[in-house]
Amino acid sequence: MFGQANVLAQGEAAFPPSVEDFYLPSILPWGAENSYWFTKITAMVWLAVGILAIYFLVSYRKPQLVPTKKQWIAESIYGFVRNNIAVDMIGHAGVRFAPYFTTLFCFIVLTNFFAIVPGFQISPNSHIAFPAVLAAISYVMFIWVGIRHHGFGKFFKNSLIPPAPWYILPLLIPIEFFSNFLVRPFSLAVRLFANMFAGHMLLLVFTLGGFAMLNASAWFAPVSLLSWVMTVALTFLEFLVIVLQAYVFTVLTASYVQGALAEEH
Amino acid sequence: MFLLAAEGGESTHNPILPIWQEIVVGGIAFAVLCFVLMKFVFPRMEQTFQARVDAIEGGIKRAEAAQAEANQLLEQYRAQLAEARTDAAKIRDDARADAEGIRQDVLAKAREESDRIIAAGKEQLAAERATIVRELRAEVGTIAVDLASKIVGESLADEARRKGTVDRFLSGLESAGTR
Repeated sequence: MFGQANVLAQGEAAFPPSVEDFYLPSILPWGAENSYWFTKITAMVWLAVGILAIYFLVSYRKPQLVPTKKQWIAESIYGFVRNNIAVDMIGHAGVRFAPYFTTLFCFIVLTNFFAIVPGFQISPNSHIAFPAVLAAISYVMFIWVGIRHHGFGKFFKNSLIPPAPWYILPLLIPIEFFSNFLVRPFSLAVRLFANMFAGHMLLLVFTLGGFAMLNASAWFAPVSLLSWVMTVALTFLEFLVIVLQAYVFTVLTASYVQGALAEEH
Repeated sequence: MFLLAAEGGESTHNPILPIWQEIVVGGIAFAVLCFVLMKFVFPRMEQTFQARVDAIEGGIKRAEAAQAEANQLLEQYRAQLAEARTDAAKIRDDARADAEGIRQDVLAKAREESDRIIAAGKEQLAAERATIVRELRAEVGTIAVDLASKIVGESLADEARRKGTVDRFLSGLESAGTR
């Protein structure tokens, strides 16, 4: 938003958009280039935390057996993650992970959602730091849960040694280690980050492209219009991606926990 | 960040390298959110779900208990009613039997009484008749003898003869009367 505003204010569309469009000047101190403590991005993260905490606390202040509409909606969100992700993936033992999964899901949905809210229009998750934090928590969690459940030795034996003939194990064990303990957190973080990054980039391309063409020649006005229509269409696509990526992140975390709890390899 | 800068591109940021300040902020913010939601909201939801299940199952159980109790009471009432009916029937039968007995008793007594009265009457009648017959016999004998004495003028002193004569006469009269 600031990026676009700057672009418009300067009267020249910096086209094509670059990575720098994701790194906005700091809010406090105002306009500082490389200060990251209080930027639009971190402000949105805190805003998401505040909205979610207040929303759930308010709508669940006085829970009743026969829910009010507000209570019912809050319960449905939790019930969705609890029954359709935690219990479906992990089974009955998944109920105790449901609170974390729901928090994770809501946080990702809302921070992703900022990508298409007018005035925000960038997701904090397009900075890899936030997906990385979430992925690190998932990573530590599934290893911790596995060790707690099986004990240290058995957990790593389960995770690393597939039921295969002994002579193939020297090949399989490094592969298992690589896929289970190296790639997992990285792929979790990058999948979410890249989707939000690319989504923002797409919207920037079509929005700024429209301005760029309009500035180049008035004859391109219809094409500019088409470009902006595309922006609107892509915003709908973004909405799909937002929800889908939050769901995928939560489901994968649940699946890792399920794998850690499983008795067999 | 440093890689791209070293390459001399116009970017000074590398999007794949996280900014450590953002990691700190994201970690703290998410931890706060987790704390609030996982401590104050979702456990209460779980409790509410449980309470709801309990309420429904408890309601069903209570209804079943009430139904069972009602059925038991109904059975009890039916049993009592049947018992009362048989009791009433028995009492009625007893009463009927008693009444019949009393009637039979009274009848028997009355019959007995009437028989006794009739028998006594007959007896008395027979006794009176016998007395009258005896008195008449003696009187008729005397009168006849007196009359005969007066007519014949002779005393019939011989009693045995006299008695035999009178008896024969009366027997003749009686047999003539019955014929």
